[in-house]
Amino acid sequence: MTREEVLLLIAEVARLLEGCRHVAVGALSPIPAAGALLARELADGAMRVSILGSRRHSPFTDGGRELFDCAAQGRIDAFFLSGVQIDGAGNVNLLGLRREGRPIRRFAGNFGAPYLAFLVPRLILFRTDHDPRSLVERVDFVTAPGSGPPGVWRRGGPVALLTPCCRFAFRDGRFLLESLHPGHDLEEIRARTGFAFALAGEPAVTPPPPEDWRARILGPVREALAEVYPAFAAGLGG
Amino acid sequence: MSFLAVEELVARIPDGAFVALPPDYSGCAMAAVRGLLWRPARGLRLLGVPQLGLQADLLIGAGCVAEIETAALSLGEHGLAPAFGRAWEEGAIAVRESTCPAIHAGLQAAEKGVPFMPLRGVLGSDLLGLRPDWKVIDNPFAEKDPILLVPAIRPDVALFHAPLADRAGNVWIGVRRELLTMAHAARRCLVTVEAVTEEDLLADDRTAAGTIPALYVEAVAEAPGGGWPVGLQGAYPADDAWLARYAREARTEAGFTAMLAEFVAR
Repeated sequence: MTREEVLLLIAEVARLLEGCRHVAVGALSPIPAAGALLARELADGAMRVSILGSRRHSPFTDGGRELFDCAAQGRIDAFFLSGVQIDGAGNVNLLGLRREGRPIRRFAGNFGAPYLAFLVPRLILFRTDHDPRSLVERVDFVTAPGSGPPGVWRRGGPVALLTPCCRFAFRDGRFLLESLHPGHDLEEIRARTGFAFALAGEPAVTPPPPEDWRARILGPVREALAEVYPAFAAGLGG
Repeated sequence: MSFLAVEELVARIPDGAFVALPPDYSGCAMAAVRGLLWRPARGLRLLGVPQLGLQADLLIGAGCVAEIETAALSLGEHGLAPAFGRAWEEGAIAVRESTCPAIHAGLQAAEKGVPFMPLRGVLGSDLLGLRPDWKVIDNPFAEKDPILLVPAIRPDVALFHAPLADRAGNVWIGVRRELLTMAHAARRCLVTVEAVTEEDLLADDRTAAGTIPALYVEAVAEAPGGGWPVGLQGAYPADDAWLARYAREARTEAGFTAMLAEFVAR
C-alpha cells in the first residue's frame, strides 16, 4: 500500500468509529489502531481507545481476562477483526483452510473472535488486501458468524468491511458496496471479490482525509502509535 | 516454598505434565524451558493462557509436546510458529482449539473450585464442533437463552518468569494478573525470577497488590535474564533480531535444529 492509501484507510476507520465511547484494538493492527487514535483526537476527549499489547494505551489492570469481561459488561463499543477468509455472509475464519471438510492449512488460531463478535456492538472487518482467495463465497471454517444464530444472545456484529479498495456496509446479513477508494472501480471490485454483494445505486468515492485530519495523523496519532508500532509510525513519514 | 536452582525447578515438571504457560508478552520462563529442552521432556500438554508463542514452538519442535490447548499459537509480529506448523502438518501434535475467554473462564472456575463456568458468545462458531467437552444449556434463570459452559481447567503446573520474589517466596508480578490466575488454578506453581529482594513484598500495599502470595508458590529459582529472548515487561525488551532470525531459520527442520542448539547452549 502507498502512504496515501494508508492515510485514506486510517481516515475511513475513524469515520466508522464516530460516536463510540470505548474502542478496543487487537494485536498486529496498526491501521485500526491509527484510525482509532484519530477518532479519539476528533472526539475531543469523548472516546477511550485501548490498544492491546501497549503498556501506555491499555488501561487494564486485571490480567488477560479483563478485556473480555469488559466487553461482556457492554463497556466496549467497537472492535476490529481480520481473517484468513471473510465470506459474503460476514462469517470470519481465523483458523485455517479446509478441503472437503479436512483441515489442510492452519494459521495462528481463533484468538478471542468467537466471543467478541457477539459481545461488541460495532465489529469492523478489516483486510490489508483485496483478493478473491480471502474474500470468499463461503469460509472453510466459521470462527465467528456474521449473524445469528437465531435465539442466541448477541449484542452486535459486523457493521462494515474495509479493504484497500473499498468499503462495504454489512446490512441484513450481506455486504453492500458503499464506497470506492480513489483509483478503483466497480468492475475491479467484482473481479477481486469472491462473494456476491449488493449495490444501492452508484457507489460513492471515498473522500481523502481532510487537511486537519492529516495533520492529526502525522502529529499526535503518530506519536502515540510509536510506542506499539514504531516501524509503522516511522513509515507514515512527514 | 523452596528456593531452587533452575535445573532443580525443571526437574519438578514430570514428563506428561499439563503445564500452563503465559503468552510471549507476559513473563515466559525461558531459562526453565531451556532445561525442559535439554532433558528433553516428553509428552507435555501445554495450556496457553490464553495463547502460546516461542516457548511452545521450541518445545514442540524438540518433540517435548503431545498436545496443546490454546486460543492461538504464533510468534506475534514475527509470524506463524514454524515448528508447530510442521508438527501440525505431520499430525505429530494434538490441538485442543479454544478461544481466549474460554481459557480464562476455565481457569477462573478452577480458582473457585467449581466444575464449570458459563460464557457468552461462541454459539454459532464452528469452534463448538471441535470441543465435544463443552456444553450448551438453557440459562436456568431465563427463558430461551442458550449459553455455553466450559469445564474448569486445572493445570498440573503453572510455569512463568517474574521480575521479583522476596525471601518468603512471595512473587511480584505487577499488572500481569493472568499469572495470578494461573497460580491460583494450577496444582503447583513454579516460578523463575529476575532477582530476589530482602524486603517483604506483602508489607507495603503498593507491592502487595501485584504480588502472588507464597501460599500458592511451590518453588522459586533465580534466573537473571530468564525472559530472553521474548523479554520481560518493565525490565528488558524482546530480542527482536533473534526472534526474526528464529522465525526465518526454523522454517526448515535443519534450521530449527541449529536455532534450538543455539538456544539451549546459551
